[in-house]
Amino acid sequence: MRTLLRLATAGSVDDGKSTLVGRLLYDSKSVLADQFDAVERVSRDRGLASADLALLTDGLRSEREQGITIDVAYRYFATAERSFILADCPGHVQYTRNTVTGASTADCVVLLVDVRHGIQEQTRRHLAVASLLRVPHVIVVVNKIDLVDFDEDTYERVSQEVLESARGLGLYDVATIPVSALEGDNVVERSERTPWYDGPSLLSYLEQISPIGDPHSEPLRFPVQLVIRPQSAAGEEFRDYRGYAGQIASGLVRVGDPVTVQPSGRTSKVSGIDTASGELSKAFAPQSVTLRLEDDIDIARGDLIVTSRSVPPVTQDVDGTIAWLADHALQPGTKVLLKHGTKTVQAIVKAISGKLDLDNARLLPADSLELNDIGHVNLRLASPIPAEEYLHSRSTGAFLLIDAQDGGTLAAGMVGDALLDARASVIDAAAATI
Amino acid sequence: MTLSDQHRLTQLEWLESESIHIIREVVAEFEKPVLLFSGGKDSVVMLHLAAKAFWPSPVPFPVLHVDTGHNFPEVLAYRDATVERLGLRLEVAYVQDYIDDGRLRERSDGTRNQLQTQPLLDAISDLKFDAVFGGGRRDEEKARAKERVFSLRDEFGQWDPRNQRPELWNLYNGRHRPGEHVRVFPLSNWTELDVWQYIGAEDIPLPELYYAHQREVFERDGMLLGIGEFSQPRDGEVIEKRQVRYRTVGDMSCTGAVPSDAITVQDVIAEVAATRVTERGATRADDRASEAAMEDRKKEGYF
Repeated sequence: MRTLLRLATAGSVDDGKSTLVGRLLYDSKSVLADQFDAVERVSRDRGLASADLALLTDGLRSEREQGITIDVAYRYFATAERSFILADCPGHVQYTRNTVTGASTADCVVLLVDVRHGIQEQTRRHLAVASLLRVPHVIVVVNKIDLVDFDEDTYERVSQEVLESARGLGLYDVATIPVSALEGDNVVERSERTPWYDGPSLLSYLEQISPIGDPHSEPLRFPVQLVIRPQSAAGEEFRDYRGYAGQIASGLVRVGDPVTVQPSGRTSKVSGIDTASGELSKAFAPQSVTLRLEDDIDIARGDLIVTSRSVPPVTQDVDGTIAWLADHALQPGTKVLLKHGTKTVQAIVKAISGKLDLDNARLLPADSLELNDIGHVNLRLASPIPAEEYLHSRSTGAFLLIDAQDGGTLAAGMVGDALLDARASVIDAAAATI
Repeated sequence: MTLSDQHRLTQLEWLESESIHIIREVVAEFEKPVLLFSGGKDSVVMLHLAAKAFWPSPVPFPVLHVDTGHNFPEVLAYRDATVERLGLRLEVAYVQDYIDDGRLRERSDGTRNQLQTQPLLDAISDLKFDAVFGGGRRDEEKARAKERVFSLRDEFGQWDPRNQRPELWNLYNGRHRPGEHVRVFPLSNWTELDVWQYIGAEDIPLPELYYAHQREVFERDGMLLGIGEFSQPRDGEVIEKRQVRYRTVGDMSCTGAVPSDAITVQDVIAEVAATRVTERGATRADDRASEAAMEDRKKEGYF
């Protein structure tokens, strides 16, 4: 059985990210002959001696005209065990916007560091975003190891520096790998030139790590997308059919399970789990199914069906951490739309309570948020939502802020203080040194 | 598809679930969606997913075909039979109408894929569609690699790759101003191989020309073109009978066949898994025109 893993790559300029991605695609045989021919042709035109694999990820002409890659590109490759969806996030000025986007759906972030330069400001920011977005796995590729003659001490120094910085941001599950993306060392195959390194190659690491969460350990959360009522359109058999269609956001559901509908608080039991391919006795995240309930209660799009064993409270006051993605600054008092699950409500930004200094996970005072800032806000909503801390639920703790006038996406939001444990660990560390 | 035993989805189950979620979001949030349906395999899979998304209700939107006039007859027959079977309403925008009344001029090479943009945009605004499902996949081409799942088009139908909305988690933002519309790509994360494996797993019928058959073809620009009303050999191009199949279906005058022995869907899956050439590189003359051919067409409002 082949599973799927979603990755996001990040790094600063010139750390060899395009070369690494090109190498992964090429060495996993995901690059086809006509694509490679095009790369060879362009490499020759540019006077290069051999094919530049970085060109495999070359962007749009409109980006080349500006001389920078401005947007996330998605790539696909597969091995016998696994299919990979890779969000290739450019590490330029708009770093937060791109990295937040890539990290929001990623099971794993692959972060590049140039072994000669060690950890950079950009590296710390990318680690902070991975921590903030609660990406389950982080791999730091210590690249260009060929340029320091495969020296173990240099690698160890950079590796320790990275791990320390990651711990300061609340990231404990971080792996480092010595790599030469240019020459292919430890990308797909273990390299003989790093005999002192006993871990897996990047690709075999990616094949081994487990994807996001175990449905068994999480409570059922099911945002209702729409109500399916065929009435007379599907024949006599389905005249009275009423089902609630959605994609399970977390957890597992079985026929007979007691459920509660938020925000109304009404309760019922699951009487059926339908798909077009047949009825199921149980289903789990992230399956798209249609639930039937024993009781005919009022349920509409925007409602959240949850297990009655764990019911999130509803509230009209949401404190959250947001990554501000719009060109204009956010001021207190701004009216926006908030999209949470399948529900969109009006909201007002009551206060901005601070801005995160990503370099050391400190909260600085702020009265506005600029493009790419990450800050804390207090929101008041026009109607209540079952908001859960993003720390506990990546799927039901996330929201968007949307411009009510032009419909643009303004911010990525996370309910609660998303960097809380990271900041706590910084304080612990500070206390320990006193 | 049957569910895997562990609490983990296979890649096909995962992709199916994601696509169904996307299609349902559109129906819930838009006034008047439409699905682009040509009878090509990607649009066939997309329509199959739409039918699953709303079961037991019928598909709650019409389908739209932009007809180049250069059709493979068996694909048109397949299109009509599918529409009939699912009880759908079919809208057709004809490129030929535009050529007849002078709004579009025939290109010097006689191919019509590029001419589809204007009839498509007119159909969207005349029929007031606000969401348009397309079967585009990000693995097809590098302009598509940067495409969003929900992709905003301005009042001229244009795509602005420099100013795309960030797309976070699975919280899709389909809000738009009057006159704008949103293109939605439920198959964004599928690869050609995923599409074929899914066709096999779900036993989805396709037009016969996707499987190996005997056909009279001639070679042009390194591609095998079938003989038909709109694709005839020029001087020096030799007609021969070959065993071929099509990897993509479009304007017959510029969509090439590939030599193939793949008679069943399992044969095709094996062939696609082993192939060394992308499907557009193998079969689309229009995409070979320049490095940025697709990017330019997309900006103007193409699929």
